[in-house]
Order: sequence, then structure tokens, then C-alpha cells
Amino acid sequence: MANGIAADSTYESYLAKKGFTAWALTTDHKRIGIMYLITISFFFLLAGVTALLMRYELLTPELDFFSTTTQYNVAFTLHGSLMVFFFIVPGIAASLGNFLIPLMIGARDVAFPRLNLLSYWVYLVGTVILMTALAQPADTGWTFYTPYSVETGTNVILITLGVFVLGFSSILTGMNFIVTVHKLRAPGMTWNRLPLFIWASYATAILQLLATPVVGITLLLLIMEKSLDIGFFDPAKGGDPILFQNFFWFYSHPAVYIMVIPAFGIISEIIPVFARKPIFGYRAIAYSSFAIAIISFFVWLHHMFVSGISETAAAIFSFLTMLVAIPTAIKVFNWLATLYKGSIEFHSSMLYALSFIFLFTIGGLTGVFLGALAVDVHLHDTYFVVAHMHYVMIGGTVMGFFGALHFWYPKWFGKTFNELTAKASWFLVFVGFNVTFFPQFFMGYQGMPRRYATYPEQFQSAHVLSTYGSWILGLGIFIMTVNLIAGIFSRKVPEGNPYKSLSLEWQMPSPPPHNNFEDIPIVTDWTYAYGKK
Amino acid sequence: MSTTTADHTEDHAHAHGHGLGEAVTHDAAKFGMWLFLGTEILLFGGLFAAYALFRAKYPDLFVEYHKNLDLEKGVFNTFVLLFSSFTMALAVLFAQRKKQLYTTIFLAITFVCGAIFAIVKYFEYAHKFEDHIYPSKNIFYALYYMTTGLHMIHVFIGMIIILALLGMNMKGKFVKGRYTPVEVGGLYWHLVDLIWIYLFPLMYLIG
Amino acid sequence: MSIENRDHIEEHHTNIWSYVFVLLALFTLTAFTVLTAIKVDIGSLNIVLAMIIASVKASIVALFFMHLKFEDKLTWLYALYPLFLLFLLIFFTLMETFTRVPVLK
Repeated sequence: MANGIAADSTYESYLAKKGFTAWALTTDHKRIGIMYLITISFFFLLAGVTALLMRYELLTPELDFFSTTTQYNVAFTLHGSLMVFFFIVPGIAASLGNFLIPLMIGARDVAFPRLNLLSYWVYLVGTVILMTALAQPADTGWTFYTPYSVETGTNVILITLGVFVLGFSSILTGMNFIVTVHKLRAPGMTWNRLPLFIWASYATAILQLLATPVVGITLLLLIMEKSLDIGFFDPAKGGDPILFQNFFWFYSHPAVYIMVIPAFGIISEIIPVFARKPIFGYRAIAYSSFAIAIISFFVWLHHMFVSGISETAAAIFSFLTMLVAIPTAIKVFNWLATLYKGSIEFHSSMLYALSFIFLFTIGGLTGVFLGALAVDVHLHDTYFVVAHMHYVMIGGTVMGFFGALHFWYPKWFGKTFNELTAKASWFLVFVGFNVTFFPQFFMGYQGMPRRYATYPEQFQSAHVLSTYGSWILGLGIFIMTVNLIAGIFSRKVPEGNPYKSLSLEWQMPSPPPHNNFEDIPIVTDWTYAYGKK
Repeated sequence: MSTTTADHTEDHAHAHGHGLGEAVTHDAAKFGMWLFLGTEILLFGGLFAAYALFRAKYPDLFVEYHKNLDLEKGVFNTFVLLFSSFTMALAVLFAQRKKQLYTTIFLAITFVCGAIFAIVKYFEYAHKFEDHIYPSKNIFYALYYMTTGLHMIHVFIGMIIILALLGMNMKGKFVKGRYTPVEVGGLYWHLVDLIWIYLFPLMYLIG
Repeated sequence: MSIENRDHIEEHHTNIWSYVFVLLALFTLTAFTVLTAIKVDIGSLNIVLAMIIASVKASIVALFFMHLKFEDKLTWLYALYPLFLLFLLIFFTLMETFTRVPVLK
């Protein structure tokens, strides 16, 4: 970039205006992104606390911390629902997507700024509905499987209604992003020059737009089943409980990729910057995001292998499931090839990116085990699944999210955090995570089922180890949070482009001015031309 | 990335939006609505899938109970809704040609058609409730109430949109400025029609 | 398409009479589908016929009233892709349900 960022101290940053309405009624995509960031972080920490409580209960084989097993069931339902629907699904896509997409493509805002604000408020309404359900929370697990969810007396209706409302927010955000990427790219920002985060966000937006309505209608039907007794999922009335699972996973499997594809985008941004090399296999990474988005609609039955579905369908879907591994592996190979012979700098965000590759590969490969029909029959609903899922969700998405927090922090706030503390907290998070979840693979393989508050004594040593790990992980996240919050109050002002990134969002002052670009830039080169000049 | 900046003074000329050309805003709004229609199709999609499954499982049940539906009212409503799509298309056409009065007339007719549809549907439901036929009666009626009910909600939303368009038109917004809202609102109304085009034979015309 | 600062909105030159013609076609098809459903008994083919007629009607509405005819490929893509997903949902759900083998006889 030329010199557009010449430190011009006269500009007004997007953070300048103070006051409640200046935030609550803003249509500035950057502010909305920050509001999402704060809200989802809150829910992440809340859901993290419920997880710590569950792990504490599991220190001993007996029920001692919770007074009833239902309380334990409520705890894991809350943990799952909050993490999935309130943190991970809207998380990276809405917070980082909002902040970064217009900056990266050279636009002044998203296509529909007011709709964007509406999405945020709809999201908040959804969270409020869910919070009111906390008085008598559901105990069904985050999947709300029938027939139990219909029979249980706990407050399933409110919690599903909350998720239904969230769906709206997700759909509107996805729609907004697709239109933004198509219609608002700066001149010269061709598809093959787009940052990979944009490709990833676009693929995610397709899933948000077209998968979410199916879970919307599913949850609506569940609510109707409970309130009007329509019998769609009730065998006694001719219904089919597995139909619920079919519908639910038609959304929720693509939703898994709503959770993780944005993280792929983040990793593709961080790695070339700190390897000082052009990204390897740009097109392969870009198109594989799309391939994942498309294939993800063909594989949902692999969640249901033991629920009494047809063997024929199970065999077909087991095969189809293997297809997802291909585009995912393509990405991993390309990131590794980008690192090869690079001059790597271990910035805290790079540490998270590298742990992402390592942990996500474990998560992804164990996913292939679980996709294999015969193996899944043995491992289904055991801690093996729990470990796999957390290796993908924490080892993948959350590591990507933490990496993004540390990477774009100077961009958001024009401040920086203590790098040494950040590295220390990364170490605790990485070690704590592995100590927590790696033993669970073995437990699960030996037959420890998930979602039980009590267990046979033979599993105790592994459970104790896992709980100790959760404390290390919790401590790491706590230190990281404190460090990031403290950074806002620090006086250290970093350079506008501390990593010498070539991406468009760094070619402007930090924090960005209210209007992003005084003049819409004309893009003349690829985003990843590191080492060329 | 190498970039240069260009002076887009024209950009600043537009007060609304964020300095985008009118055509971009128009395209964006229209495209956005098409995306949203895709969402709507898949929202109803769950019900269509449930319909396919249960009809394949219990063909006799569907044949038996669909006879209780009021075919005449169904046919009448189909004509009303098709006609309303026609008037909506005309409203868009006249908004485009900046004929304020005609736009008002055709938006109003579309609104009235929506209202007629709702009233007829109300009598159909009321009649069913009198006979103590509720969604819980059997799978067929559960489907009937869920699909037509969800469709009805969309009719109401469409009517609210048309009211808003009428208000904007009375203020002369489409004469002075872009007619984009009419076109986008029109797309939504046509979707309501599209869904009904499928619901009608699926519910009322089971051989 | 990126920002080009076009101020001119492309207008579709449809006239009123073509809309009238479309409406008449829709009315005729509706009458036709009702008549075939009542008078003609071709067994399970009745539903197929009804769905074909409904699809013709829906295409007419989309092409003319909704101006899909004038839209770019991108809009076509996003108009058709949801239909493909809907097909997947219905097809695999039915396939799964009807290939189940009862464990207990």
C-alpha cells in the first residue's frame, strides 16, 4: 500500500462517540461487531463456568456437588445451548465478520446497516428469552431430542423459542454478508484477490442463510408438539421421533461448519503474516471452503447411526461423510506448506493459529473414525464423541477465535496487550485443554457414556485428570481475559500496522475512522503478496 | 496489498445509503430479498418434507380427511391470491413509471385481496373448530393447520409491508426517489402466492 | 459486480397486457388442476400431475411477476439452490424412512 495510513492525527476514530445510544443505535458495522464480541464473550465465560461445575461434579464417581442428577442434566444442557447457539454459531461470524468484512473488501459498511443493527437486537432478544428460561431450565441436552423433550416437564419451550429467535438473527446476518461481498467490493477487489477470511465468511453465510430456516421450523414444530400435541414426532399418533433428528441435523450438521469455517478464514489470515510468505494454494483454500459448505448438506445422518435409522441410509451417509475430510485436509496441507521455509514469528496470535492446526487435525481425524459406521456403533454417545467435539470446537473454533482476538486487537482498540502474559496464558490454555480432553478419548473408548453425573470407579483417575485440566484451562482463559481487558486501559499505542500485514484493513489508521475509507481504495494486487517487495 | 486511492467525489453526492450509486443500492436490496426468499422456502421446506413423509406413509388418511376441507373456499382463495399477485406486479410497474395514483390503487387492491383471503381462511378455521377439529386430531390436520397457519402469518406480514408501501407512496417517496421498496416488497408478496400455489393442491386436491 | 456508481436502474419493459395474459394463464391452470383432480382418476399420477401444474404456475409467477426472467445468473443461482436443498431434505428423509428394516417381526 502506498501511504494512505500516514499518521493523520486529525481523523475521528469509530470509538470516539460516547454514550449509550451512540452504541445501542449505531449502524456502524465496527461498533456492532464490538457489541457482538462483548456479548458472545460474556456467554462464552458463562457457559465455561457451567462446564467447570460439571467437571467438578465428575471428580468423584458419586453424586456430591449437585444435589440431583437433573441438576447435572440442566448444567450440561445450559453449557451446550449457550456455547453452541449463543457463542459459537453467532460468534466469529457475527463479531469478526461484522468488523472485518467491509474493511477487508474496501467498503464503508455492510450492504444493509440498519438490518445489521436489527440482527444484533434480535440476537439480544433471543438471549433474554433464554435467560428467562433459566428459572426452570431444560434438561434435554442442546439437541432437544424427541420424545424426551416432549415429555419432560422442564422449560423446553422457552429455550427453543430463544434459539428460534436467534436463528432469525443468524439468517439476516448471513444475507447481509452475502450481499455485501457481492455488491460492495472496492474496484479491483476481484474474487481471486479477496482475503481468505472473506471467502470463509461467505461460505459460512450461505450456510447461515439456507440451513438455519430448517432448524427454525423444526423447533417451531417441537413447540407445537408440546403445546398443541400435533403428533409429528409421536409414534402413538403415527409420527416419527427420528424425523426430528433428521430435521435437526439437516441444520445442525451444516451448523458445525458455521462454527468452524470462519476459524479457517482466521488461520488463513494469521499464518501468512507471521510466516512472511504468500499463502500457499490460495484457490484451493478458497474453493475448499465452498466445497465444505456444499458437502455439509449431504452428511447429516452420521449423527444418527444408532438411533434406529435404516442401515442402507447409514451406509450411504457413512461414505458421504468421508468426503468432508478431503477439503478439510486440503486446507491443512496448504497451511503447512505456507509455513514451510517461512521466517516464522511466534506472536501470541500465531501460537493460537499453530495450535489450531495441531488440535483441529486431531479433532478432524477422530471425526473420520466416528463417521465410519461400524466404529461409531461402539463409540456413539461416549466420551470419545465429547472429546472429538471439543477438539473441533475448542481446538478449532475457539483457538481460531482467541488467535483473532490477539491478532486484530490493535486494529479494534488502537491499544495493545502484554505480549508476554498473552504467551503465558496461551501456554496454560493449550496445556489445560489437552489435559482436559485427551484422556476423554480413552475413557470413551473404554465405554464411559456421556451425560452421566455418576460413573463406575474404574474411570475415576481419568476423570480426575480431566478435571484438573479444566482448572488449568480455566486459569489460562481467566488470565487471557484479564490481560485483554487490561490492554484497553494501557497507554501503549502500537503502530497502525504492527505486523506489516498487506491486507486492506491494516492499510488504515487503528482504530479505523468512523467512515472507514475517505476515498474508496482501488485494489491492484493480491492480498498475500508477501516477500515480493 | 498495493492500492491506490481514487477520488470518488460522486460517492459523496448521495445523502442516503453510504454513498453508493442508486443502482447498487437497488440491486443489493433486490438480491437481498431473493436470498431471504430462499430462506423462506426452506422454512416451509420442513413442512413439505413432513408432508411428503406422512402422505407416503398414510395415503388413505390423507384421502379420507381432505374431503372435510372446503374445496370451494380453497379455489376461491387461490383465485384471490393469484389476482393479488397480478395487482402487486402492476403496482410495481406503475411505481416504476412514477404514476403515484395508480400505484396507490393497485397496492390498495392487493391489500384488500390479502384481507379477503384472511377472512375466508378465518371462516374455514372457525368452521373446523366448531366441528372440534383441532391440530391434535390427526397428522393430516396437524399438517393442514401448520402449513396454512404459517402461510397465514406470511400473508399478515405481507399485508403490513403493503400498508407501509402505501404510506410511503402517499408521501410521494416513489415519485421523488427510488421505487426499490415496492419491488422488494412485491417479491415478498409473490412468495406468499408461490407457497399457496403448492399448498392448495397438496391440501385440497388429493385424488 | 463492484461499485461502479451507476445511477441508472435498469427497467424491465413489461407492459400491462403481458401481465393480464399471465394472470389469465394462471387462472386457466388453476381451473385445469381442480378439474383434473376431481374428474380424472389416474391413481398416484394425480399428485404428480397436480405438482407439475403447480410448478408451471410457480415458474410463471417467478419469471414474469417477480421478474426472474430479467435477473442475472447470481439471482438465478440463489433462487434455485434452495430448491435443490429442499429436494435433498425430502429425498434423503424419505429414503431413510422407507429403507428401514424392522428389527422385530
